[in-house]
Amino acid sequence: MATTSNSTSRLQGQERSALDWRWKRMDFERLLLWIVLGIGAIAMVGPFYWMMISSFKTQREGVAIPPTWFPQEFTLKNWQDIGNLPTGSMTVFFRNSAFVVIVITVITLLTSSLAGYVFAKFEFRFKNVIFWLVISMLVVPFSVTLIPLFNIIADWGWRNNYLALIVPILFSPFGIFLMRQQIANIPNELIDAARIDGASELAIYLRVILPLSGAALAALAIFTFTFQWDNFLWPLVVLDDPNLYTLPLGLAQFRGRGTIDIGLVSAASFLAVLPVLLVYIVAQRRFIEGITLTGMK
Amino acid sequence: MAAIGQGDRTRRGGEKWNTYQRNQQIFVWSVILPMLLFFAIFYVYPIIEGFAGSTTNWQAFQDSEARQFIGFDNYVRLFRDQVFLASLVNTFKYALIYMPIAIVLSLACALAINAAGILTGMFRTVYFLPVVTSVIATALIWSVGFYQPRYGLFNQVLAMVGLPQQPFLRSPETALFSVIIYAVWKNMGYDIVIFMAGLSAIPRTFYEAARVDGASRLQTFWKITLPLLRPTMVFVIITGIINSLQVYGPIYIMTVASGADKPGGPLNSTVVVSVYQWQVAFGELQLGYGAAMGIVLFLIILVITLMQSRLLRRNWDY
Repeated sequence: MATTSNSTSRLQGQERSALDWRWKRMDFERLLLWIVLGIGAIAMVGPFYWMMISSFKTQREGVAIPPTWFPQEFTLKNWQDIGNLPTGSMTVFFRNSAFVVIVITVITLLTSSLAGYVFAKFEFRFKNVIFWLVISMLVVPFSVTLIPLFNIIADWGWRNNYLALIVPILFSPFGIFLMRQQIANIPNELIDAARIDGASELAIYLRVILPLSGAALAALAIFTFTFQWDNFLWPLVVLDDPNLYTLPLGLAQFRGRGTIDIGLVSAASFLAVLPVLLVYIVAQRRFIEGITLTGMK
Repeated sequence: MAAIGQGDRTRRGGEKWNTYQRNQQIFVWSVILPMLLFFAIFYVYPIIEGFAGSTTNWQAFQDSEARQFIGFDNYVRLFRDQVFLASLVNTFKYALIYMPIAIVLSLACALAINAAGILTGMFRTVYFLPVVTSVIATALIWSVGFYQPRYGLFNQVLAMVGLPQQPFLRSPETALFSVIIYAVWKNMGYDIVIFMAGLSAIPRTFYEAARVDGASRLQTFWKITLPLLRPTMVFVIITGIINSLQVYGPIYIMTVASGADKPGGPLNSTVVVSVYQWQVAFGELQLGYGAAMGIVLFLIILVITLMQSRLLRRNWDY
């Protein structure tokens, strides 16, 4: 308030008090807004805090009434136990998820940018029909293709095989659409220049197109990774060997009435949340930019 | 044919141009052909099979000769199946209760976060946090940590402020609503970011003009912000409804972890179409009957998607 009164000190009596009053009202309103938003923010972050502290509580303290805000008796037992649950090991599930999701993300970036480049910068027969066909696949809900896809996978003997998770999403209509939009913005002159220098088409893709579509690739990588990290329905259909379970399937094994150990569930859930949480803390701007880039055109 | 290097044709012409063009076509088709093959196998064929299979008595792990055409019997059966009808009702209930709560809350938050000055960026980051994290992990924690009737966080808070205890996921009356509240928490940040993008697209001059004319803040909201936010609103509502109609993960996890008899419990109070489809197709191995459910859901979503393009087919000049 000091600066406000300084800047207004030259004003005359009535005028000054009116301005002061308006400033105070603004400040008060903003403070109120911050408090209300702050309460909402606690609701947003709270569950993650709860997950974290509960994972370090003993089983007795986990169900204490009233709950404790911080572990009174700090224990690492839950974190050790989730590596060896009756339904399998969270460590193994984590490794499985990491492998599958990283492979899928790399493939998606590669195929989407290649196809996006071709649609954005080349002329060929039936181009518009083919592009329209690819985009129209976005409208078809998974509930239609789920059962026939399962039948294909079963026929090929790919149940309990990671090929079933990877091969049916080698190309992504959404990724192709996103990359086409972004690559279309790259000036043709750059591509022409490389071509005149004698670069092959593949070299242009690797040395010109990929480096210049970094932002879109990052958005697509984040989107694909977070979506696949959480993919539940399809792995549930094609995997029933607990050694192959991904994290979501591993988490789905916690079931029952009142017999669930909160500490174990918290440690397992926190483990599943942690990778994305860490990346989000470092690169949150990219996540949000990605939504505005991908959500609305 | 190539868009790129068309200037070259006049300058060089002849053989070199032909090599360029041939190389480009080789590159194009070495990407497009595998892609087309992929879409044919994993999209077009399953879509056709989805429709065709829904008119048969298709069973899982069965010889292909045993699969027989039965016309629309599956569809007739659907509308006599009490559980399917319940799942249809629950699906719409879920979408229609979820949408208004999500819209009002996320628009209010977007306006508030926009006005939060130096803290705008921080609040946006925090409110977006649940969106990026795992559905399965958070739904599990809500189910066993917060909604648990005895020592769960919510009932403890209710007890503290002297309100009656709730059964949450354990009662058919409150279970679906409990999942909806979780979904609002989980997805709100997405709508907030979309609304904030929409708000920033409204020209400032409109607000300045309104202020000069002495409009109150409420008037400004109803007469400027809301009408100009319409395209954003339509987008948020349509994507929200389409996603709600296909909800699967949170319902499966929350009901199973809370000890319901099966996904969609208790007593089918949270069974939605995709959960029932899973149960029929992969629990009871009736693929044909499950496929018919998928088609019904597809038709509903198609109608809503067409509604969106109608609602957006206007000129949004400002």
